[in-house]
Amino acid sequence: MERYNRHIILSEIGQTGQNKLSKAKVLVVGAGGLGCPVLQYLTAAGVGTIGVMDFDIVETSNLQRQVLFGTSSLGKNKAEAAKSRLLDLNDTITINSYPEKLTFQNAIDLFNQFDIIVDGTDNFETRYLINDACVICNKPLVFGAIYKFQGQVSVFNYDNGPSFRCAFPKKPKKDAVPNCSEVGVIGVLPGIIGSMQANEVLKIILGIGHVLSGKILFYDTLKNQTTILTVKKSEAEIQKVLLNKNEFHKQQFENHCRVDEPGISIKEILNKANIQFIDVREPHELPKVEGVPVTRIPLSELENYLEKVSIDKEKAIFCQSGIRSKQAVSILKQNNIYDCCSINDGALEINRYIKELNKQAANE
Amino acid sequence: MLITIKYFGLLAEVTNCEEEIIDFSGSRISELLEELYTKYSSLKNKDFQVAQNQELAPFETAILSKEIVLLPPFSGG
Repeated sequence: MERYNRHIILSEIGQTGQNKLSKAKVLVVGAGGLGCPVLQYLTAAGVGTIGVMDFDIVETSNLQRQVLFGTSSLGKNKAEAAKSRLLDLNDTITINSYPEKLTFQNAIDLFNQFDIIVDGTDNFETRYLINDACVICNKPLVFGAIYKFQGQVSVFNYDNGPSFRCAFPKKPKKDAVPNCSEVGVIGVLPGIIGSMQANEVLKIILGIGHVLSGKILFYDTLKNQTTILTVKKSEAEIQKVLLNKNEFHKQQFENHCRVDEPGISIKEILNKANIQFIDVREPHELPKVEGVPVTRIPLSELENYLEKVSIDKEKAIFCQSGIRSKQAVSILKQNNIYDCCSINDGALEINRYIKELNKQAANE
Repeated sequence: MLITIKYFGLLAEVTNCEEEIIDFSGSRISELLEELYTKYSSLKNKDFQVAQNQELAPFETAILSKEIVLLPPFSGG
């Protein structure tokens, strides 16, 4: 076949290897920064059946790195938009799109329909779910994850090797590690890490080379540095998952939105007396709020500096957009510090409002 | 003993350095971590693993290498 000629003339692949690719079924969870390059290369390589799952829609800020999408995809579901681009790349394969969230309820049935699962998601909750479902279904998991300028790649549950929990047994607390939308990411990084994931998928299908199982690869784009660390299998971690097998589908995601913590507006808070304003943004974030005394404790450090939080004043917490301030309120409550509220307005709006008030006062 | 400690991902932001050399007299990884927690209080709240000799090692392991890596899991995609 002309299309796969450059594969077929490789002695390591040949027609036999290409036939293996066309019979393979791979599910890619997440069609974002990592999912796009994975999908692109698996489709081009002629992997016979590809599943693409994503509930999200394409936004302008995705286009800096999610290379399957263009301006014509904006507002469309990512799984659907990816499918239509991929079918243009290769219409000889089957592509199934799943424009929905992966859940504890749908994971097992879905994973059972594929040979290999690729993790291109962006949060720990889903990553641990994927790992556990792969352990239960006994499917290899090709893992990739990124942070700013650095990435991680590994293959878990492959050929009796370790699982993700063997490397990282403890699921980090939610919000412990910020995601790309909060801290940024260099666009080419998911391209590199996703391509490495696609490479591992092809090696597994073809049975060539050394699969990155029992190892975790770190890549630093700024230093061009690769570090490969060995991960030992922990039978206990794997058994924990298997013992809970029958309970798996009954689990639910932890509540992402803390809807029980309604915020307050800057206008309301300024009508009150005896208030401590707390800025939970990182030190470099601008603008600084001026016109009221502000205590600065970044959210990441909050639990270490609880002594800075006033006991006798009402605490009004703010950040850039009203999201971290809500998290701060729940952290304080967990530490038995009450009488706190989150300001819905971000620092910019707070400054604007205070300036406006001062202007009015000067005019009176 | 002088030990080089490397910090990956956001740990480098907590410590404000990607690598440093410290003079350490203890014997176990856990003791080294206690020292680092004193130096960087917010490191204690972070999730990470420790590797020596290119291998992930439990915290109770004796330190056998002059280079220790602290690595967090990444979640971004």
